[in-house]
Parts: sequence; C-alpha cells; structure tokens
Amino acid sequence: MIYLELFFGFLRVGCFAFGGAYGAIPLIRDVVLSYGWLDDEALSCMIAVSESTPGPIMVNLATYVGSSQAGLPGAVIATTAVVLPSFLVILLVTAVLKTLLHHRYVQAVLGGLKPCMAGIILATGVTMILGNLTGPAERAVVDLPSVDLPSVILMALLGGILLAVKKIRKKKLSPITTIIVSAVLGMVVYGFG
Amino acid sequence: MKQQRILFDLLLTFLKIGLFTFGGGYAMISMIGDSCVEKKKWITQDDMMNITVIAESTPGPIAINCATFVGYQQAGFAGALTATLGIVLPSFLIIYAISMFFDHFLEITVIANAFRGIRIAVGFLILDAGLTMKKKMPRKLLPQAILGGSFAAMLLIGIFSWNFSSISLMLLAAAVRLAVCAIEERNAGKGGVKP
Repeated sequence: MIYLELFFGFLRVGCFAFGGAYGAIPLIRDVVLSYGWLDDEALSCMIAVSESTPGPIMVNLATYVGSSQAGLPGAVIATTAVVLPSFLVILLVTAVLKTLLHHRYVQAVLGGLKPCMAGIILATGVTMILGNLTGPAERAVVDLPSVDLPSVILMALLGGILLAVKKIRKKKLSPITTIIVSAVLGMVVYGFG
Repeated sequence: MKQQRILFDLLLTFLKIGLFTFGGGYAMISMIGDSCVEKKKWITQDDMMNITVIAESTPGPIAINCATFVGYQQAGFAGALTATLGIVLPSFLIIYAISMFFDHFLEITVIANAFRGIRIAVGFLILDAGLTMKKKMPRKLLPQAILGGSFAAMLLIGIFSWNFSSISLMLLAAAVRLAVCAIEERNAGKGGVKP
C-alpha cells in the first residue's frame, strides 16, 4: 500500500530530522532508498531542485517523492506526514512554554543555547558566502585559486546595493526584495559571464 | 469576525514568507523577523530567539516550527494550522508543478542563473539573521564566549566538512551554561550572597 508507506516513511523523516535540512538529507536518503522510491541519481538531482526552490528542503523532497510515486494524493500524504511531527511538538511546547520559561534551569539552558545558536547561524552565513565565492560546484570548501569571478562581482554588487539602501533609506532592504534583486542580478551577471 | 481577519492576515503573511524562502531554515529567520517582528509586531525579538532555539532542538524544518508558533500565539490552534498551511502551500504547488512538467528544471540556463544569484543573497540573509541575534546578546563574558566558541567551531566544521552536527554543539553549550549556573548557586549557598 503505497499511501501508507509514504505516510510512515515521511513521518519517520519528520520525527527524527533534527538540526535543519542538511542534517535531514542523510535520513531522507536512507528512507527513500530503502523503499526504492528513487535511485541515487534522481535523488541527488531532486536535492538540487529542493535547495533552489523556495520552502524547506525536507518538505520539498516529500512533495516531490510523494508526487512521483502516487500523484497528487501521494504528494499531499507525504507532505502532511513530514510536517505533522514538528507541528504537534511545537503546539505542545507552546502550550507549556509560558510557565516553563520562568523556571530557573530552563532559563539557564536557554541562556546557553541562544548565544550558541547565534554563533552557529553566523558561521553558516560566513561559510555559505565563502562557498559561493568558489562557484556552485563546491559548497563550503574554500579553495583560493578557483575563485569564481562572476560570483565575486555579483556579491560585490549585491553587497553594495544592500549597504547603499541602508545608508540612504535608513532602513534595511526587505528580505523579499533582496531575493528578487539577487535573482535578476544572477540572470544578468551569469548570463554574460 | 476579528478572528477571521487575523487568520486571513496570518495566511497571507506566511504564504509570502513561504514563497520567498530559499536555502533552508536560517534564511527563513531573517524573513520571519522582518514580517512578524518588525512589520506586524506579532512577536518580540526575544520570542523569535526562543523559538529559533526551540525549533532547532525539536525535529522538523525551522520554518514550520516558527510558523506554528507564531500562528498559535496569534489565534490558537486555528492560527497554528493556518500559518503552517500558508508556509507549506507555495513550495508544495511549485514542487508539484516541477515534478509534473519540468524534468530538467535546473538545466534551463536562465533559471539556473537566477538561482545562483539567489544563493548569494541567501548567504547575506543568514549572516544578517546571525548579526541581529548577536546584537541582542547580553554583553557578559559567558554568553559572548559561547557565541565566539560556537562560531569558531561551526566555521571549522563547515570549512573542513567535519561530521559533527550543530545539535551536539548546542547540547554542549547548554551543558556548560547549566554547569556554571549550578556552580554559581552552590557558591551563593555557601557564602550566602545572592547574585
């Protein structure tokens, strides 16, 4: 029964995928390959598409695999299954959060987690920017001799625009506008590059 | 009536966030911060930080966790459901269309170029989310040390592609902070001085 398989397969992904999308990819691979839904090559291609299109990678992969296995119902079932665990967990956490937050040890744990989180996110941003400088092939590997010139130009242009807007309008460019500007810049710069 | 307006507002806001979130969860933080903290004032920056930490320590995509949290805060269960649906729907429709019609989606040059451009913006957005969080950290030794330490550790992990998950790093930070808290308390108990 493909619907049940999809449901439980992606429920498992939703339950155990800690630490964001990149932590989840090995788990998704494991589930998808063990059911024989996609082969390795199709999966790699799909991961690339999921990374490029908007939305959480995990959800995108679930939609794609579900649709490729059992059409629209499959896509709906797989997507629901992958979202369900985090939805329920957050509902539960939010319901008890207000009282829990005042607890001394919870405060202490959060006091450790928050700066750590900030550090992780900063490092992820820096790693990603460094990775982008070397072009699309290698992620997170800094290899100075193979710096990708169009990417450097694009990054300088985008950075310049962001700074200029912040200076002139005294307000940051909204993330959505930033995305749109970068997409247009990408078409232009890489188109000629 | 008022409830309906809030639900509609939630749906619209999260549809927009869902449509423009590229590159996974951390970029989403910047997007949600812009919409829910600065524009709509649904949650505070501190709420945002709490939920980021909770999202990262619970399974599932950060985006879903954040949407569920904000929706619940605004309008209870119905709000949580609406916001989550809103954030999932755009990518669901896009991926469904791709899986139906475009087998070689990324081989179209213009699209591939646009996505390469977006990747660059995503790096900036993540950096911005990190800087915003850093600004909110108390200027005390311990938080700053944890921040610096985890930044350095994560950078090394990223550059050398080590197999060490961010979850382990977070557990370590929580343990350190908890230990310091316990020691402080014991000292305070002995000396009778409360900090």
